[in-house]
Amino acid sequence: MPPLATAALEKRLDALLNPVLSSRRTAAPLAAGVATLPRALQDFTLHWVEVIGRTNYEMAYQFAAAAPEALPALDTQAAEAWIIQAMDSYDREGLYQGSLVFKQYADFAQRGLNAHGVQFNEVATVLERFVCGLAGRRLNIDSAETAWTDTETLYLPPRITVGASRDENFLIYKIIATLLWAQGRYGTFNIDLNAALAHHSEPARALVWLNYLEVIRLEANIARLLPGLARDLAALRGESGESGESSDHDARYAPLRAVDAGVRDSIALLDTLDLQQAVPRRAWLGTLRPASAKAAREARLTREKDALQAALAQLFKEQIQNADGAEENQNFEVRVNHDDNLGADVELTLGGKPLAPPKPVRELLDSIVQDLGEIPDEYLLANTAQEATGEGDGDEQDIAPADGPAVYYDEWDFQRRHYRKNWCALRELEPPAGDAAFVESTLKKYAPQVTQLKRNFELLRGEDRLMKRQQHGDDIDLDAVIAAYADMRAGRELPQRLFTKRHKAERNLAVMFMVDMSGSTKGWINEAEREALVLLAEALQVLGDRYAIYGFSGMTRKRCEIFHIKRFDEPYSERVRQRIAGIAPQDYTRMGAAIRHLSALFETVDARTKLLITLSDGKPDDYSDNYRGEYGIEDTRQALIEAHRAGIKPFCITIDHEARDYLPHMYGAANWTLIDNVLRLPLKVADIYRRLTS
Amino acid sequence: MDASTSTRTATPLQPEARLITHEPYYEPVADEIALFEAACDSRIPVLLKGPTGCGKTRFMEYVAWKLKRPLITVSCHDDLTANDLVGRYLITNNETVWVDGPLAHAVRVGGICYLDEVVEARKDTTVVIHPLADDRRMLPIEKHGELLRAPDSFVLAMSYNPGYQSVLKELKQSTRQRFVAIEFNYPSETLEAKIVAAESGLDAANIAKLLKLAHMTRNLKGNGLDEGASTRLLVHAAKLIKRGVAARVACHGAIAEALTDDAEMLRAIDELTSSIF
Repeated sequence: MPPLATAALEKRLDALLNPVLSSRRTAAPLAAGVATLPRALQDFTLHWVEVIGRTNYEMAYQFAAAAPEALPALDTQAAEAWIIQAMDSYDREGLYQGSLVFKQYADFAQRGLNAHGVQFNEVATVLERFVCGLAGRRLNIDSAETAWTDTETLYLPPRITVGASRDENFLIYKIIATLLWAQGRYGTFNIDLNAALAHHSEPARALVWLNYLEVIRLEANIARLLPGLARDLAALRGESGESGESSDHDARYAPLRAVDAGVRDSIALLDTLDLQQAVPRRAWLGTLRPASAKAAREARLTREKDALQAALAQLFKEQIQNADGAEENQNFEVRVNHDDNLGADVELTLGGKPLAPPKPVRELLDSIVQDLGEIPDEYLLANTAQEATGEGDGDEQDIAPADGPAVYYDEWDFQRRHYRKNWCALRELEPPAGDAAFVESTLKKYAPQVTQLKRNFELLRGEDRLMKRQQHGDDIDLDAVIAAYADMRAGRELPQRLFTKRHKAERNLAVMFMVDMSGSTKGWINEAEREALVLLAEALQVLGDRYAIYGFSGMTRKRCEIFHIKRFDEPYSERVRQRIAGIAPQDYTRMGAAIRHLSALFETVDARTKLLITLSDGKPDDYSDNYRGEYGIEDTRQALIEAHRAGIKPFCITIDHEARDYLPHMYGAANWTLIDNVLRLPLKVADIYRRLTS
Repeated sequence: MDASTSTRTATPLQPEARLITHEPYYEPVADEIALFEAACDSRIPVLLKGPTGCGKTRFMEYVAWKLKRPLITVSCHDDLTANDLVGRYLITNNETVWVDGPLAHAVRVGGICYLDEVVEARKDTTVVIHPLADDRRMLPIEKHGELLRAPDSFVLAMSYNPGYQSVLKELKQSTRQRFVAIEFNYPSETLEAKIVAAESGLDAANIAKLLKLAHMTRNLKGNGLDEGASTRLLVHAAKLIKRGVAARVACHGAIAEALTDDAEMLRAIDELTSSIF
């Protein structure tokens, strides 16, 4: 196909970007740029301008401006990675950061040349678990332009491309992560680095050198602990030719390789070096940020000191109780045996007697030893005051001041074909209590049907069934034995199946009802929903299936709400009845986040069949982000696919007459049903449930 | 294993067959052997608590050998009923024959009955366990019209893994409070090294590396793994390495794949392995 002409492009771009164009800022320069591209790239550009424009027009404009130069330099994969990264930055940090990525396409062009590049996102989970295995204390992993750590989070570069193969690039990631972990483990930040470097004329330069020396020291430590990794490291160094300068410096750096070398040795060595020389290059050299590390470390020490003192107080109390009437003035003591293995061996004694502290306490002790190299005496004062206020202290910290704690869920953007990370903030709320009289009146209203319903459900109840003529069993089947004897006398073969067996058909089933509480349910629908739940609860009491009821609503991605009407482990109490009565129309239906949250709740339930039944009145919808329409349907579909993978069977009961257009796509052809008359919903729901589970 | 043989052949194995003749290898962690013996002498049943693969079954074999009593082990599963434990009628040669189940058999011969992973069994098994586990020490066999009284040498022991966080697999208070509980855990590093060495014959350097790996996987417990590598897995890996399998391959098969199916977790454990070996 021939390329599009400038005029045609201008018209298209003008339509796509209209909201951010003006008489001074027209689509003409954009069109002129795009016109230079071959047709395939023009189409690619227009497609993405449209897609990005749905999120933000200014971003789309920036993209259109950068595309003519960027796209010829990138292959398709790199171009998409570039766009996704930009949109990700926009989602997380706003317009400025997002458009900055569009301008820095050169980074991606570089990557386009190297097909072996490894991205942070690909390796984040594996590395997080890897360092968790190494560390014993939980470390977060995040990406940043340079590699550094504040000892709580390891920041790794967004991509690594210097290696010759994907394996090599992954190995560099692994080495960087290990070195950052080692900074915490082997005490790089155990002294105040800024103060220690203050006497240098250029502290910043000294810090860069110190980082290099520390890497040498930590590599030696890693070689002792992780010989396999050290071998890979050596191989990598040989291949990437970065060993050149190391041999002549070997002697000078020798002290750093000693078993007991510490950060002080590195600092001492700094004074003997010519800091004006360039620091040798290593692919895994990050940066040191002493101020951040100091802050994180101090915060952690304070926290752990409090936690340890509280835990010791608890331990002390238990010991006193156990050893009835032991002296009150015994002291905790600690002996730390450093070995070059993982985790120092910490022995805790009380009044000379060795104790076996529970795992959390051991982890605390280990974590403190990692920071301080020992357990200072003041840490061992069992703090009874702390203990008196109890665990409430910890909880208070967790509660965010205004809105209460939120759980974050990813959301699927079908246009980008990527998840938006931590996009929805969801809170679980206590629903308002309604008038329990509603339950009474509903039961009265449907009295004859309820009796019938209960009878139907009773038939389903798993009961013992006696199975006859079994090969093995608990008891002898007399009928079978008599028949067998007759057969034998008649000269026929003696049958083997002579036993009876009790078979208990257990209904190993857990069901979760997800009730639409959006504004559109106002009126009849809401009442029908509540009546349906009342009848269903009544029927399920007979059946004994485990069930939970949650309502969902919300407005925008920052306020997704789940109302727990009944949890799995909650009995069908007066309180639950009030909550059912209190279900009221709220705002919108961002279904994806709700499904993801309920799937997560389902994970704690052990059942052979897990059923997620949605009562809904229409399409997923939300106030902003174009959630209404295809975006919402695709996100919901994706959430349902995730649920399916987790072993949950989703089913939808709807009253939307247009459901045929979108529900089969979301739930699959057979997993939904339409009730045409709202008034029949209450009785139908129980009926559908019975069909689903028998 | 023994339970099924006895029902099929209708001739219970001789108690001598369940005597353990050779001393099983067992390293005491604390004073668990003395505690077990004292409980036996006091005719109190014993509950062994601990994660999988930390030596509960081996401990039972060891004490059975030490006390010179037959050991009857029943591996409980979710279809195991009280009848499977007590016994049933079978038909042979024109008549019905009563065949003792493993529990009744153990009571009769005054041996040790060890119910492995008892929470897996059906709830009705508690009916037969309870009267045996308190000071009545008797086993009513209703179908056979018999009331068995346990001799002094009979010991009831069961194991239980509190690590399963499922409500369905909780041991009921009325059951657990009848038992003396002995807690098992992974042995200390030096002891574990000794055990792995004795079981596999692997050299000390490799064992030290294996223990490092075990420590790391135990760090991951609760962060993606349900359980860290048990001593048993270490022994498996050590045996493979001893036979000449490359360490990374051995650890992948014996440890990583045994612990998880999650692709990323497998990768992480493999990365830990390759860092160590």
